[in-house]
Amino acid sequence: MNRTQVTRWLVSEKALPYWLIFPTLAYVAAFFLVPLARTLLLAFRTDDGQWTMRFFVRMVEDVRFFDAFKFTLILVAIVVPLQLVTALSIALLVNTRFRGSRSFLYICAIPLGISDLAAGLIWFSLFTEHGYINSFLYTLGLIDKPIYFLSMQNLGWVVGSIVLAEHWRATAIVLVILVAGLQMISRDYLEAAEVFGARPWQKLWHVTLPLLKPSLQSALIIRTILALQTFAVAVALGGRLVPVLAGEAYYWYYLYRNANVASAYALLLMVISLLLAWGYLRFLRPREVRS
Amino acid sequence: MTFPRLQRRILLYMAVVAIVLWVLVPLVLIALAAFTPRSELYRWPKRIIPSTFSSATMSFFLHSYGVVSSLCNSVVVALLTLGMTLVVGAPAGYAVARYVFRGREAFRLGILMTRMFPTSLLAIPLIVTFIRWGLYDTLIGVAFVHTAMALPFAVLITSGIFSGVPKELEEAAMTLGCSRLGAFVRVALPLALPGLAAAAMFTFVISWNEVFAASILTVRNRTLPAQVLASLEAAPLDFRFAGAFFMIIPALIFMALARRYLFQMWGGAIAER
Repeated sequence: MNRTQVTRWLVSEKALPYWLIFPTLAYVAAFFLVPLARTLLLAFRTDDGQWTMRFFVRMVEDVRFFDAFKFTLILVAIVVPLQLVTALSIALLVNTRFRGSRSFLYICAIPLGISDLAAGLIWFSLFTEHGYINSFLYTLGLIDKPIYFLSMQNLGWVVGSIVLAEHWRATAIVLVILVAGLQMISRDYLEAAEVFGARPWQKLWHVTLPLLKPSLQSALIIRTILALQTFAVAVALGGRLVPVLAGEAYYWYYLYRNANVASAYALLLMVISLLLAWGYLRFLRPREVRS
Repeated sequence: MTFPRLQRRILLYMAVVAIVLWVLVPLVLIALAAFTPRSELYRWPKRIIPSTFSSATMSFFLHSYGVVSSLCNSVVVALLTLGMTLVVGAPAGYAVARYVFRGREAFRLGILMTRMFPTSLLAIPLIVTFIRWGLYDTLIGVAFVHTAMALPFAVLITSGIFSGVPKELEEAAMTLGCSRLGAFVRVALPLALPGLAAAAMFTFVISWNEVFAASILTVRNRTLPAQVLASLEAAPLDFRFAGAFFMIIPALIFMALARRYLFQMWGGAIAER
């Protein structure tokens, strides 16, 4: 192509979509790819340009590292399956199109707009020593002095309260994905199954769930990645009693002004996210339809 | 199952009521806490419904150090984010909705891939860059990061909205003498406007709720969540409860206003991977 041809192409209707996506591409490159490269440099290179593993060694040797790693994975392992089951149940309930199902769906979606910090504080008001749960148990006569749910001695309860808060706040995103997925399933399949005499649970197991697999997969990946980043909920409920990886990345910069070790944490989170997402894609691949 | 119809209905509605309570009770409780007099917040046992309602707790929060200025900062950052996200992202959404072009699927996939990035990975390296560029501790700096976080959503959501506007209407306008741009401005844009407004509200909420990047990239010019997080360790109960209630109000209002678009946007945009 010579220059006039290029110019003509650039102003033609064919080039228009490329002009339209260009700002987004440029922005994504500037704010995703450049930070990724810079994180690698921060994590693997000292200020005077020496390549080093020092920051990773410091990260791993930190007293909180192992706990942060452990608690992050525990939270993901408990919260994500729990949310998937809850969201699926609610989505199937909505899908029966009972009277009022639309309003029910909107109410269930409310937490979508609530931040992790606010959700953490809301559940703090329930679990704190003079909080609603303790007061309620006292009124019922079950306890006579408050239980210190959010203390060093009750780490199990701290984790439990984080799980509840996360479950309360973030199940809505899974629900939204699954409801959209269910709406895309044609009623014909279910009617066909009925013609062949399938019982309700057979329809669910052999028709609905297999067809919902792509949505389930999206929901799992998105929720797992977000759950790995659990941060403000944990801080609001337990301070640093239950350290998490994203929280450590925050504290290493916020308290110690060490962007290098913070970057090492960020990279670790990214690697875990990619590994888990790859795992889901690999092992939950939708079964191919044979014609 | 062989339950009689009535019994099944009762079971269904019992489940529905239980789930609705699970979602709403914590919200009601935090609203009660935010209007409980300060003295009653610390009393044991605490009354679930306070003896009187008082605005003292809320006013204590609003008069706490840095809250009003951080509130203004949050609004400014959210508006900047909203503006930048729509200006950058909506054209791409339109392109994906209207044109079949080479690389379209790769583009969509690339946009979705950005979700793999932890917020910490975006925010931490930007500290160094922002210090160098003089953007550290500025509102526009935070808005840049929030835009990066909201952009993938905005592209997918606006593409969903523009897909809902029939292409034929724009083509008809063009045969009647409108230019390409004129057809977009006079036909597609007005029809897409309510959806775009809903997308704008969600972008606002994403920025309003974000705490990690805002905390890392500011020192004095904090947004509201960053201010609350920074004062959390020393904060009394009334500050925490009123702060939580205050932070969720705009989100709740926007969700209520935009609820019609909720599932069309989030669901559709995310499910079509």
